[in-house]
Amino acid sequence: MQQTETYDDHIVRLFLLAAAVWGVVGMSLGVFIAAQLAWPALNFEIPWLTFSRLRPTHTFGVIFAFGGSALIGTCYYVVQRTGHTRLALPSLARFTFWGWQLVCLLTLVTVPLGITQSKEYAEPEWFIDILIAVVWVAFGTVFFATLARRRIQHIYVANWYYGAFIIAVGLLHIVNNIAVPVSLTKSYPVYSGVVDAMVQWWYGHNAVAFFLTAGFLGMMYYFVPRQAQQPLWSYRFSIVNFWALISVYMWAGSHHLMYTALPDWVQSVGMAFSLVLLMPSWGSAANGLLTFNGAWQRVKSDPAAKFMVIALVFYAAATTEGSMMAVKTVNSLSHYTDWTVAHVHSGSIGWVAMITIGSLYAMAPRALGQPAMYSKRAMELHFWMHTIGLLLYVVAMWAAGVTEGLMWRATHADGSLVHPFIDSLIAIKPLYAIRWLGGVMVLGGMVVMAWNLWHTAAAARARLIKPIIVPIPEPESRQVPAPLPTSG
Amino acid sequence: MRRGYKYFEAIEKHAVLLGILTAVMVSLGGLAEITPIFMAANAVEAPPGVKPYDPLRLAGKDIYVREGCYTCHSQMIRALRAETQRYGHYSVASESVYDRPHLWGSKRTGPDLARVGGKYSDTWHRLHLLDPRQVVKDSNMPAYPWLEKEPLDANDIMARMRMLRLLGDPYTDADIASAPQALADKTALDALVAYLQGLGVSNEPAVTTDVAASASDVTAPASDANAPDNANAASNAHPARDANAASSAGPASNVNAASTASPSSTASVPVTAPAAARTARASTPNNTEAAR
Repeated sequence: MQQTETYDDHIVRLFLLAAAVWGVVGMSLGVFIAAQLAWPALNFEIPWLTFSRLRPTHTFGVIFAFGGSALIGTCYYVVQRTGHTRLALPSLARFTFWGWQLVCLLTLVTVPLGITQSKEYAEPEWFIDILIAVVWVAFGTVFFATLARRRIQHIYVANWYYGAFIIAVGLLHIVNNIAVPVSLTKSYPVYSGVVDAMVQWWYGHNAVAFFLTAGFLGMMYYFVPRQAQQPLWSYRFSIVNFWALISVYMWAGSHHLMYTALPDWVQSVGMAFSLVLLMPSWGSAANGLLTFNGAWQRVKSDPAAKFMVIALVFYAAATTEGSMMAVKTVNSLSHYTDWTVAHVHSGSIGWVAMITIGSLYAMAPRALGQPAMYSKRAMELHFWMHTIGLLLYVVAMWAAGVTEGLMWRATHADGSLVHPFIDSLIAIKPLYAIRWLGGVMVLGGMVVMAWNLWHTAAAARARLIKPIIVPIPEPESRQVPAPLPTSG
Repeated sequence: MRRGYKYFEAIEKHAVLLGILTAVMVSLGGLAEITPIFMAANAVEAPPGVKPYDPLRLAGKDIYVREGCYTCHSQMIRALRAETQRYGHYSVASESVYDRPHLWGSKRTGPDLARVGGKYSDTWHRLHLLDPRQVVKDSNMPAYPWLEKEPLDANDIMARMRMLRLLGDPYTDADIASAPQALADKTALDALVAYLQGLGVSNEPAVTTDVAASASDVTAPASDANAPDNANAASNAHPARDANAASSAGPASNVNAASTASPSSTASVPVTAPAAARTARASTPNNTEAAR
């Protein structure tokens, strides 16, 4: 029996739109608070415009609103195509979209109003946390239900990463946010002091590991071979890296608490596992980069591939840096300084944002039924704005971080401290201005992307294109691989 | 090789198996690191100097959380020489047993606050919070003028205390009942200043053994650090923190500023001696690298 089925790309387009909008919103917040650090008058003495309230809003906006929307959207796109099947449970999938947008909106409103748990990267209060958990379970259900109806028996590696991302983030979110509400706007966590610190950084570090790494690696493992137009360099290597990555990452959270009141053995375990982590990180980056072997000319002609290659380079660089910063001796200098900020942003603007942008450029025309993006020159412009902005940002913050670290520990020959604290701030103020400029360029690039997406979508709307029909024949029992769809 | 792969192939083709194995692998690290700390923390009693926050300071702590002060200020002095020299004795776990959530922070755009209590006068803190650049010219801290006009809600704080008691903080009925009186006519600014002035004053661990002479100096400010006029005295007992205090033009830091004006000046010699002994002891393992 022949059955006509189409991929459900409407939901993908919704998430694509959300990612573009939240990307611009989240990065605008970042540019604004960067300006506040350089020019404090910009706080305007208005509570909800104050740096300390907007900084968590910015991190939530870029990580969970922008990154989250891009991840869920690409996950729905990838799981359908690698499984040769339509998305399961379409209404639940719609719910994950609107639920997630509600989560983002509520958080971006409540945190500036001072309604916060103050746990880094887990700021939303209890009622939003419950909504996040519900949406997340729904997302997992849609994903695994779609996997269950796949027509290819083998589960492609991108789905492994997406699956680990869903399972681990769900686990982390629930454990870290166990709290008792006092009122609608205030709750206290059940953990206190050192236990809370350990749970928080187990969460905080693995939010990086599973939200900002595993999820985006899933994206990478699908879109990089797609854009290089040849298979992954080594499939087996990607599987080895998968198990290494997900099991080692969870041990490394304590490297955020070096020399603190956390028991020493936990710090040392965290440091050791952080060094082990170099292997799967480099492995994944190398696998992605080597996939371009023999197809490097694409990097010249295809801006999406450009984004992906630089993303992989920054993934390798940022994870190397992260492992080095987990070494106690280095950490004693880098911790509490802007070096941490540089590291986070070389990971987020370099790796996360660039692999996302590359994937969006690869996915958007296909999801919109267009042959290509509206403007290739705009993509090139975006690439250069983003790359130059990124370099300005991280170089400025590296310099600032090392300056602070050295000034804080400098002593005279008699052992007394050389610098009062404020000296270090005065020394790095010019670098804060340069960082702001870098942020402006990255944001400008995002606006260019939003404009480009808008016109690509407008062309699609104008032609009133119907979704491409992909008829998929029923597989015979135990047939491997499933039959390819006949031409549609 | 082929025969071994058969088992692996099973994982690659079964979503449920893959999901379960993934969940197992991601759980190991957390279980190994969090469980022992959780057990140990439940066994630890709070040391004598560490008490649950009184109503005013609890209100202050929650304002600290609400305003996001933790985004720029840490409350965790690491066991490193330069840190103990600047901020005082390194932080120990028992000091934050009543912090829900912990406020150790991860970034110092401003200085650490774990032992800021008693270092400046109340007046300095008020001026600083209302307009930071009035007292520290080059500061980039935002101003928080709205705190001055914001009254405190005693019923809300009592509800919070009751909830914290439920979570295990040893509040008595009398403690909770004292809230309306303690908060009467107080503003959010008063609460935040009270919280800051309490940070680290009564729980700084005493140095125990070989530098007994300085131990009494170290604990001295604990008794009366809340009184504004004692701020100078308190900082005198903490000459190790001079460089930091000197950064502000605040009324409380005059003595400190004098003592650090020049490291080789005679003024710094008499007060530095015991502290140097103390800080050197506190951080012996890291001496060489920190001094570089």
